[in-house]
Amino acid sequence: MAERRELLASLLLLVALAGVALWADAAGEPYYVNLASRVAILGLAGVGLNLALGFGGMVSFGHAAFFGLGGYACGIIAWHAGNYEPVLTWPFEVEGTDRMPPIWGVAALVCGAAAAAIGALSLRTSGVYFIMITLAFAQMIYWFAISWPAYGGEDGLSIYVRNGFPGLDSYDPLSFFAIAFGALLVALAVSGRLLGARFGAALTMARLNPVRLATAGIDPFPVRLTGFVISAVITGWAGAIYADLNGFVSPSMLSWHQSGELIVFVILGGVGRLAGPVAGAAAYVALETFVGGATERWPLILGLALLGVVLFARGGIMGALAGKARHD
Amino acid sequence: MTEPALASAPALAVEGLRKAFGGLTATDDVSLDLRAGEIHALIGPNGAGKSTLIGQIAGWIAPDTGRVRLGGRDVTALGVAERARLGLGRSFQVSSLAAPLSARRNVMLAAQARAGSSFRFWGQVRRDRDLVAAADAALARVGLAGREGLPTAELSHGERRLVEVACALALGPKALLLDEPMAGLGAEGSAALADLLETLKTEAPILLVEHDMDAVFRLADRVTVLVAGRVIASGPVAEIRADAEVRRAYLGED
Repeated sequence: MAERRELLASLLLLVALAGVALWADAAGEPYYVNLASRVAILGLAGVGLNLALGFGGMVSFGHAAFFGLGGYACGIIAWHAGNYEPVLTWPFEVEGTDRMPPIWGVAALVCGAAAAAIGALSLRTSGVYFIMITLAFAQMIYWFAISWPAYGGEDGLSIYVRNGFPGLDSYDPLSFFAIAFGALLVALAVSGRLLGARFGAALTMARLNPVRLATAGIDPFPVRLTGFVISAVITGWAGAIYADLNGFVSPSMLSWHQSGELIVFVILGGVGRLAGPVAGAAAYVALETFVGGATERWPLILGLALLGVVLFARGGIMGALAGKARHD
Repeated sequence: MTEPALASAPALAVEGLRKAFGGLTATDDVSLDLRAGEIHALIGPNGAGKSTLIGQIAGWIAPDTGRVRLGGRDVTALGVAERARLGLGRSFQVSSLAAPLSARRNVMLAAQARAGSSFRFWGQVRRDRDLVAAADAALARVGLAGREGLPTAELSHGERRLVEVACALALGPKALLLDEPMAGLGAEGSAALADLLETLKTEAPILLVEHDMDAVFRLADRVTVLVAGRVIASGPVAEIRADAEVRRAYLGED
């Protein structure tokens, strides 16, 4: 019953997001179409984090590392394509590209490899140590990006020509929204599917009771590590699309502010709710745009909202819409 | 190294196990074995080192010296999950389940480990008839038919212990390690569980840690008495009952 309600609430949320984009496009308001794209992409990043944080119980305070790595993968490959310089000359030559799908593939590989390394070390700890060690890894990558002048260093890297997607004009705001929204739907479907599968049962138990998981004959470590890697790949995918939305990637995408923002999406929307981060990102972007338009002090409102959720409504926005989560 | 005598090897054997925490020797040269078809009770006063011993058998605590063998195979270097997959089923003194999940979901996880890899990302477990049937069968055996769908948080203390036994059964165990399964069951529940253990032991012998002496003397085939980390007596029930040292050390008679 509750599960049905959550599914319904999630669908309504997605339909509303697509509705906003369609309405804004029809009304000739590309600004709002781009805003909807932003919600979809940040929601996608949050869906990735939620897999680790909400479903796997791994409170990563370093997911900006993957968001930023995805962004830089996009920026760097596009920069090479724009300058007709190969990305790699040794051991074999690799050209840059201005197509999204291969860029996404590279972003996924880079983020997956980074998450495997970071996770393999971080997952030996838990609790506050895990939070701190993931933060430390993300900060290392952040400072590396700042101090590496080849791709803009502190100033960031502009993407002068938005990367293309087969069959769509990626410069058209609504088409770009469709790309971001499509990615979000794929991530939601894949996450929902794998959470209901054997892997999801093991990941859920790794969060609820790792002692029981081991006693049942399943080693928690590889389960968590796999969950962490999948989570990072989804967040990195979002980073690559975000770089294209902004036409720009900078170290701020790797910063701990960004990690915190991703956690805010998850908590505001509902920890461990599949579509929660989308609701969280929507609320965040709406606050930033509308309250932020009226006063610079909009983070104060955000802080109060967050406080309210943590104290009175643990299920976040999705919890309020769909009721308490229950397992069969 | 091949071990040809697997069939005749004890289901579980502990050889010369020793574990010290600082100056305290919690397990002091303990050896015991668990043979096919028996219930072997492990008794001892509080602080005798029963929990440390159980921890070493299950794989949570690494012994300083000594070995643990499962069906003749040396598992001393293996982790908890690997030992469980090899057939070491276990229940806890304080039940350790996922409270928000149903009894069925808890047991299904053990069935899942038995049925192969957990790294499957597509097929939905709720529609996996084999897993559901295996979990329901294990729950029915411990007398929880009809309670499968309830969150374990809503089950009674005693029922949760039974869910743990069902989890152990779903593993297809070769040896069972039950840590005070009777506690909190009440007279009727205790009697029902005792009947169950009597039939279970032919499938998988049971190492039973139990405080209820009546149950121990009624159920056990052999008893090992642990005091201050050492085995002070081990043998058939009648022998232990008559043993003067056990009476002095444990049964509170002098």
